[in-house]
Amino acid sequence: MSSGASPTVTSGKTRQRRPLALLLMSFRTFIALIVVFVFFGATTPNFLDLPTLVIVAKHVAINAILGIGMTFVILTAGIDLSVGSIVGLCGMIAGYLLTQGLAISPLHITIFPSVIETVLITLAAGAGVGLVNGLLITRLSVAPFIATLGTLYVARGAALLISGGATFSNLVGDPRFGNTGFPFLGSGLIFGVPASIVALVIFAAVAAYVAARTPFGRHVYAVGGNERAAALSGVKVELVTVSTYMISGFCAAFAGLVIASELVAAHPASGETFELNAIAAAVLGGTSLSGGRGTIAGTLVGAFVIGVLSDGLVMLGVSSFWQMVIKGLVIIAAVVLDQMQRRMYRRFALQAQGG
Amino acid sequence: MSAGAAPPPANEVILRAEGVGMIYPGTIALKDVDFEVRRASVNVLVGENGAGKSTLMKILAGAERPTSGRLALRGKEVRFSSVRDAARQGIGIIYQELNLCPNLSVAENLSLIDPPTRFGFDIDRARQTEKARKLLARMEQPIEPNALAEDLRIGQQQIVEIAKALAEDVDILIMDEPTSALSAREVEALFGVIRDLKAHGVAIIYISHRLEEILHIGDYVTVLRDGRRQADALVKDISVEWMVEKMVGPMGAIPQSRAAPSSEIALSLEAVTLPRAAGGFLVDHVSLNLRAGEVVCLYGLLGAGRSELFECLMGMHPMARGRVSLQGRDIAGDSVATRIRRGLVLVPEDRQREGLVQTMSVRENLTLASLRRFVRLFSIRRDRERAAARDMISRLTIKVSSPEVEVTALSGGNQQKVVIGKGLMTGPKVFLLDEPSRGVDVGAKAEIFRVMRRLAEDGLGVLFSTSDLKEALGYADRIVVMSRGRVTADFARAEANETAIVAASAPSFETGATNERSSA
Repeated sequence: MSSGASPTVTSGKTRQRRPLALLLMSFRTFIALIVVFVFFGATTPNFLDLPTLVIVAKHVAINAILGIGMTFVILTAGIDLSVGSIVGLCGMIAGYLLTQGLAISPLHITIFPSVIETVLITLAAGAGVGLVNGLLITRLSVAPFIATLGTLYVARGAALLISGGATFSNLVGDPRFGNTGFPFLGSGLIFGVPASIVALVIFAAVAAYVAARTPFGRHVYAVGGNERAAALSGVKVELVTVSTYMISGFCAAFAGLVIASELVAAHPASGETFELNAIAAAVLGGTSLSGGRGTIAGTLVGAFVIGVLSDGLVMLGVSSFWQMVIKGLVIIAAVVLDQMQRRMYRRFALQAQGG
Repeated sequence: MSAGAAPPPANEVILRAEGVGMIYPGTIALKDVDFEVRRASVNVLVGENGAGKSTLMKILAGAERPTSGRLALRGKEVRFSSVRDAARQGIGIIYQELNLCPNLSVAENLSLIDPPTRFGFDIDRARQTEKARKLLARMEQPIEPNALAEDLRIGQQQIVEIAKALAEDVDILIMDEPTSALSAREVEALFGVIRDLKAHGVAIIYISHRLEEILHIGDYVTVLRDGRRQADALVKDISVEWMVEKMVGPMGAIPQSRAAPSSEIALSLEAVTLPRAAGGFLVDHVSLNLRAGEVVCLYGLLGAGRSELFECLMGMHPMARGRVSLQGRDIAGDSVATRIRRGLVLVPEDRQREGLVQTMSVRENLTLASLRRFVRLFSIRRDRERAAARDMISRLTIKVSSPEVEVTALSGGNQQKVVIGKGLMTGPKVFLLDEPSRGVDVGAKAEIFRVMRRLAEDGLGVLFSTSDLKEALGYADRIVVMSRGRVTADFARAEANETAIVAASAPSFETGATNERSSA
């Protein structure tokens, strides 16, 4: 507003500078990832050994899968605070089905679903919580923050109610009931690669494809960018919004299964504060909380930065108190840089158009 | 023309703008404009949309700094750093858009900046209410000071807005279309207040599209056209025809109507109605036929219900009633997506809020409404999408270096072309454009209307709204005039003229009785 001078004056000399500065900025999270790898590689013995990296990757897988679901929600300018509780609830559902079975009281029989069925029921339950979130937000116009804060409590309470607060342990199943094999998800290998890492790769590939290449993905970005314009363009805003919360719930359910499988136990408190890690991964990866901007790849890199940072700090022997401080600072720095990049991009784009 | 209040012609000039110019990136809003504001008079500013009235007003109120020229207040050169700064020097402004906080009471709104306090500490509610009551009594309006602003009718909110400006002692009061939302009775009350202010020596700057009303209340009139001062006169010496002529300018040769529109009805409306939450109707039983190959203009002033009518047609209002049929097929009850698929497209009035997804590139915006065209199996075929976007960019001559540029980097006219392109990509049968030339520079404006004509020649029905007479008369085959939600006239181009259109667009002022229902 200051002078209204036409931007054409300066476009000539800045145009050459555009690629390098912007390129560095747009790959900042990736650069940060390389920096943490190099740093821990140099300071921490055995950090770059394959077994260590596999453990780190398995830790990252949980947050990354949650982050992928969260990214869809945040792209529509929403937020899903309930994912941590869904992790806990779904672990408990799986644990209950594997150890207690489904009692059909009038007939005095108990059906034990197979592991595959257990997994499917659990995933459906996660998506179901997402459906509730989505309907609260679209049909009853509850703000996403409040709606998912509510389901955060409800789902956590439900997880505790399932067992009265107790842990379902030894989820190995029973050959007599034909429900063995649950630990495979957490500790099995597929062609020598841990199953959870394979799952992460599949989740990431499908999500990236859906977000970038399908009409649904485009609609998600449009709803987050300008809901009214999207609606006037014929985008079914409510359907898209509900779907993103269901995707997030589905991802959370899967993460819950992975955790229960790794521990061979389901604990009702598992997944507490995981929603914050998922949001952090998405934001660190360049997803804008105001919607419409962000990528799955970015979230993946963000999840790795957080994961590598926390595991590396543990191996370095940094106290967990300091770990939290450092994690927080990294997230703030990421958002500050993100805003800087956006301003830079806008300036360059305006100048390019002014010419 | 009420002779009683006519001031002597040589009232002292309190505020003078000399050679004021204002350049925004891409457009020249004002060029070398002189404007005098005289004490104890109503100084009227008229002009079409985009003539520069709002810009000049913002400069006088301190909201914008002019790129060139000077302002002199009481003979001394001044520079306003902000609206607050101008207010301190006795300049008040009432904006056309309401600026009340809906969640606060009337009294709280009236004392928003500087509430009365007890011991400079907590707010003295009793005094606050008393102050509000006094201000409202001056407006002769029975508005309860403790009512929430959001519970008032629009007209009452406007009254509160005016009272807010009066709460501070002003020497100069700028009013931007203060009557656009008022009923006839409220208008009379407002005119009473204006005469009272005049008697106290206050200079009023009055902006209105209702030309009849200017003859009633104005003293001096200045006409702006395309950012320049076109004419000025004493109101008692002029007529509505004079103002229209000066505002619109000589009509160029009206482009000949090309091939006669076919008899096929593309879009038919029967008693389309949208009730207003506070009673009355936003769209009042509108019936209208649009033939294929025809360009119809929906002329009306702000608040006439044109945008609401368009929204009803697109299915954005679940409360809307009436029949809408597209090529003989009833579409009332269809979703927006279905209507688009059937061939109905809207270019909304507010480009930023409703037309564009700002976070997306030009390509993504262009294809947003027609993505299904590019899908194979599950994927969007990028190559075809990109080719289609490029195609549309060259077809509409959108000035952009690449389809991948973010849409916000474009100028207003080019952004508008993107919204139009998005509609075209869906292969529409009927194209609705709500104020397509708003915020668009002159060159792009002409191009947009050329595109509309070409679409009609290709057999589409085109319905556009405007509050610009020249556009109405210059580009449409038929002009339908709306006022207060109703269709008040329907002219073939040959029989239309400025005065008739203006008269039809403001019937409320001629016949005060029609407003009674809106105050129910």
